[in-house]
Amino acid sequence: MVAKQALFNVAYNHYSYITMDLITPDFGLFFWQTIVMLILIFLMAKYAWKPILQGIRKREQNINDALDSAENAKKEMQNLKADNERLLQEARVERDNMIKEARAIKDQIIAEAKQDAQKEADKLIEQARATIQVERNAAMADIKNQVATLSVQIAEKVLRQELSSDTKQQKLVEDMIEDVTLN
Amino acid sequence: MTAHKSFRIIVAFTLSFLLLPFVSSAQEDMPADPSDEAFNPTDMIMHHIGDAHGWHFFGSGEQSVTLPLPVILYTDNGLVTFMSSEFHHDTEGQYVVEKDGMQFVNYHETIYQLNPGEEQIAFNEEGEATNAVKPYDFSITKNVAAMFVTVIVMIIFFFGLARHHKKDTKAPRGINSALEALVLFVRDDIAIPQIGEKKYMKFMPFLLTVFFFIWITNLLGLLPGAANVTGNIAVTAALGLFTLVLIVVNGNRDYWKHTFWMPGVPTGVKPILAVVETMGLLIKPIALMIRLFANITAGHIIILSLFSLIFILETAGVASISVPFVLFMTVLELLVAFLQAFIFTMLSALFIGMAVEEHEHH
Repeated sequence: MVAKQALFNVAYNHYSYITMDLITPDFGLFFWQTIVMLILIFLMAKYAWKPILQGIRKREQNINDALDSAENAKKEMQNLKADNERLLQEARVERDNMIKEARAIKDQIIAEAKQDAQKEADKLIEQARATIQVERNAAMADIKNQVATLSVQIAEKVLRQELSSDTKQQKLVEDMIEDVTLN
Repeated sequence: MTAHKSFRIIVAFTLSFLLLPFVSSAQEDMPADPSDEAFNPTDMIMHHIGDAHGWHFFGSGEQSVTLPLPVILYTDNGLVTFMSSEFHHDTEGQYVVEKDGMQFVNYHETIYQLNPGEEQIAFNEEGEATNAVKPYDFSITKNVAAMFVTVIVMIIFFFGLARHHKKDTKAPRGINSALEALVLFVRDDIAIPQIGEKKYMKFMPFLLTVFFFIWITNLLGLLPGAANVTGNIAVTAALGLFTLVLIVVNGNRDYWKHTFWMPGVPTGVKPILAVVETMGLLIKPIALMIRLFANITAGHIIILSLFSLIFILETAGVASISVPFVLFMTVLELLVAFLQAFIFTMLSALFIGMAVEEHEHH
């Protein structure tokens, strides 16, 4: 019984000792862990975390910038599109105006041309009429002359006929005297 | 398909159970080795989760393959250093190493300096050495060496990632992209939510280092033959101490006011709260320390216990049950490795965040 108790004590002490060992911090290991951790934090902070975090931040910045510029480009594109639309509209209006103007000018030119032509025609007609008048007058004068000459010739011939004998001449004189009423 | 699979598993199990009697009878037929002591799972497990002066891989006794590590002792006569191989794999205090006129023995990985003239270490009933003293032991033990391995792994991984970031602004590829995702995880899911956008940057080096140190050490600790670093209370105590120092150094006026003279409560309650808050200040890192130590050690103990079943029952057939369980536990431990690193970092960030928080003045 006693021997059993002693055996138990030894075993108990052995295991409690081991357990204590497990939960008792070993100073040497604690010391090394602290040193290693300090050095590791320093090394990592300086040569790893700093460049890594900076790189990540820089990249995030770049991505944000890229997104912003894409947004801007989109906006600009829209503005450009609107501008184009506006310019197109203006050009269309301009074209319409030009066509209208051209039509007006054309109409005016045609009207003017017509007017000029009318005037010219009128002038020509007037001239022709004047020429005709002159020609007619000349022709009339000519006819008058010819009629006069013809009349004189006829009269000459008639006279020659009438006065070819003395009787006839006597008769004429008598007729004439008869006509003359002595008052 | 699933039914088919589970059927196959059941068949495999049944077959292995049928084999059990044959395997055990085979064991019985073997001539008993007189030097073979009864298997003691406690010793085996404690040996595996404890620290050691050499890095033992396999084999036992003189045949064991062990990486010798430097033993550094601070005695009354100054520093003494020698390689752990000088103990010739002895951890029972039998082999005496003589150095600078002093005698050292390794008894269960504790190094004792024998009193002058003593030949053999002796213990009393409480397990205290009666004729030897314990020198300060700063040896590069298995855990310290494993720590160095973690440091090297971290340097290789993160200096590589840093090199990428120094020369390229694009997102990294391959392993670097996975590492960067974890760095971003610590930043965006631990540091910024707990400490705040304004002040988190100051604590990033500590949080990142502690997160990756714990995680990588946990993972390396799962490898066969590896050390149980994060399951050692000295290691977690040192890590917890870092958090405590950061809280104490960075605590602002508001924090100390809330600790020692809580505003907005009756004056009579204030001293009581001050005691509670001061205790809380110390309990925070202690909780961190115990949580990490207990979780990792427990995982190792469970895995080793499952393996021990094979030797306790002295039947190889038990392996058909033990091995799947161990496999399951190991996969679970992979999760725990990450989870504990996350929790330690998360709580450290939370405590630091509380210490540096700007209170609105009421």
